Amino acid sequence: MSKLTELEYLGLPPAKKKLYDIGQFFVRLPGNILNFLKKIPLGIWKGLCAVGRFFAGIGHIFADGDWKTRISFFVMGFGQFFRYQIGRGIIFLGMEALFIWFMVMFGGGYLAGMGDLGEQATIKTLNDYGLEVVQYKDNSLKILLYGVLTIFIILGFICTWVMNVKQNYTAQKLIEKGIRPRSFKNDVKSLADEQYYKTLLAVPLLGITVFTIIPIFFMILIAFTNYDYSHLPPDKLFDWVGLDNFRTMLATDASGNDKFAYTFREILIWTMIWALVATFSNYFLGMFVAICINRKGIKFKKFFRTILVMTIAVPQFVSLLLVSKMFSDEGIVNNILLNLGWITEKIGFWTTQDMARIMVLVVNLWVGIPYLMLIATGVLMNIPADLYESAKIDGASGIKQFTKITLPYMLFVTGPYLLTSFTANINNFNVIYLLTGGAPKTMAYEGGAGGTDLLITWLYSLTITNNNYKIAAVIGILVFIVVAVISLIVYNVSPAMKNEEDFQ
Amino acid sequence: MSENKKFRSKSGKERFTRILIYIFLSVLCIIWLIPFIYLVFQAFRGESRSMVTYIIPKEWSFDNFIFLSTKTDFWHWYLNTLIIALFNAVLQSVIVLCVAYALSRMRFKGRKFLMNLMLVLGMFPGFLSMIATYFILKLFGLTSENSVPGLILIYAASSGMGYYIAKGFFDTIPKSLDEAARIDGASRARVFFRIIMPMAKPIIIYTIMMAFIAPWGDFMYASLITFGHEEAYNVAVGLYKWLDKEHISNYFTIFCAGGLLVSVPITALFMALQKYYVEGVTGGAVKG
Repeated sequence: MSKLTELEYLGLPPAKKKLYDIGQFFVRLPGNILNFLKKIPLGIWKGLCAVGRFFAGIGHIFADGDWKTRISFFVMGFGQFFRYQIGRGIIFLGMEALFIWFMVMFGGGYLAGMGDLGEQATIKTLNDYGLEVVQYKDNSLKILLYGVLTIFIILGFICTWVMNVKQNYTAQKLIEKGIRPRSFKNDVKSLADEQYYKTLLAVPLLGITVFTIIPIFFMILIAFTNYDYSHLPPDKLFDWVGLDNFRTMLATDASGNDKFAYTFREILIWTMIWALVATFSNYFLGMFVAICINRKGIKFKKFFRTILVMTIAVPQFVSLLLVSKMFSDEGIVNNILLNLGWITEKIGFWTTQDMARIMVLVVNLWVGIPYLMLIATGVLMNIPADLYESAKIDGASGIKQFTKITLPYMLFVTGPYLLTSFTANINNFNVIYLLTGGAPKTMAYEGGAGGTDLLITWLYSLTITNNNYKIAAVIGILVFIVVAVISLIVYNVSPAMKNEEDFQ
Repeated sequence: MSENKKFRSKSGKERFTRILIYIFLSVLCIIWLIPFIYLVFQAFRGESRSMVTYIIPKEWSFDNFIFLSTKTDFWHWYLNTLIIALFNAVLQSVIVLCVAYALSRMRFKGRKFLMNLMLVLGMFPGFLSMIATYFILKLFGLTSENSVPGLILIYAASSGMGYYIAKGFFDTIPKSLDEAARIDGASRARVFFRIIMPMAKPIIIYTIMMAFIAPWGDFMYASLITFGHEEAYNVAVGLYKWLDKEHISNYFTIFCAGGLLVSVPITALFMALQKYYVEGVTGGAVKG
């Protein structure tokens, strides 16, 4: 599409303007990707500057604050007591007391234990009667977990401290201007009004911190230890090993064995192929089905749609496990084909790698098409009809209308969805695990991986059956990196993502 | 004359395409239904509990359901899952709606950071954090035989990150409504309950429905948290076991009966609320 001048662009009818915008987006795509890559160093620099400004700000408060504010640096809530904010003062002081008590009683010990994750493993001895006596000593897992919890408590305390300092300063400035700071009663009242977001977000954020952020942080640390089947607490200890696990995954392990690296590469490639093919095959076939159903003059639209949608409702563990058994060696498909005389020997749908891979992709169509059909239907209804009208007048054929109007419009509008569905497919546990369980297993792979295993199912079996937590943690981190890099690039070049306010 | 002929040939072509589409869609529907028809047939098969070489049963009976109810823990698992699903429907919906409202309607410091943080957290494979979550739950004593409250807790705790669709919906409600009410002296909380909530009925129903359905299909988390404790299984973990090599020859039709008992109520609920599902899904996909 040739670039138009400003004047020409303004002269276009609205429908064509929209089309032109969409076309230009795809023309600019490569340039945008490049621009984004250039922006990364700048982003890092900006982040560093922000950190610097933050410390400068705290320093400024100390220099500019009066004696009450300065004492509040050490005795939290001190300033508030003198500034009509006794309620806040009590809370801050209480938090500081609680924190000091915790650190002295527990936190300090937990943190110290993080250094070597325990020194003495469980001792098992036989007593005089020949019975086993177990003496539980250090448990590396608990030490690490408590250490991580302590770190988060300290971080939380630092945030509270900063809040305390800033509030003191604000209150001081207000009083200097002759304004009385808000009372505790009004503070509480504002939690239902201008600060209502704090009320709304408190519980959800606590949940996310305890059950998502802390676990992720913990598992990232596990990637730097040797926690596996031969170092299982409480019987054995595990210890820090630095980057060894990453070396095992990406090159060779300590004994020069590169089988893990090989397995990882192979599974990563298959995961990427799977995610790409699964996403786009579902996308285009789902769109095709939607176009068929929504075509003018087709009857029973609702009937066709209902049957397809029904399959979304059935829990996947029922439908996928059943499909998996239907195609097994003794399954109904093989038997019917044999009885019909169409085949003479059973087809091993799940026994060879290539066949199994094709099968999971095909069955995934069965899972995904109804879903995409719904989405595509929604989008198709929204395409302005005058686009098609003007195309018809220009004499465009059906196929031309599809490639020039329907497809670009769909891609443009569902860009964000394509990205989420791509990343969801990278982590598509259900389809693979319930259909094949990763099979066929192969000796070429390390860590019990099989021909259809994705990184996520491999992660699962490494944890559940192999107890190889250290490698599982490394895989998790690598999956994150892959997903994050892809998402970052797409987010930065896709126009639909940028301005959320545009939708409002 | 030539005009007429051209018109007829075009309508003939159109009719041909339509017939092709009807055939295509019918075949598609049959393919999509086969597994379910197969499931029903196997569930009611009276002879032999293993896999057989034909589809239509020789003998129809309720034996599988009777076996399921008397000789297995199935209804216990069913009850576990139902309890989890009910609690999850309430807790998750409250959390999701709170987060979505706060992020859609209010502008505060750290809002962008929070949204980016949740986005980044969502990029970690969920199962990665599960191992650590397992140990944290264990600290509270909520694994193994106490898995039901444990599972409720972890489903609900991380649900705040799934606010996108609800936020997308809130974004479409005009802000002028809030502002008018705020000028009249209504607090944010009042606006939320009195103005936004009544207007958000479709998205509330969608959220409750998804939160209720999700636990029925969860295998990954439930299998880890309940590991080895049969009495705490949910239906997915319980039924999965019956299809492994040891059990399949005695339990295949029992699995099908159980699968049917799980699928029918869920599907019925889903079909009844289909309208809301379609709205939520299409809205979510388009807005991102």
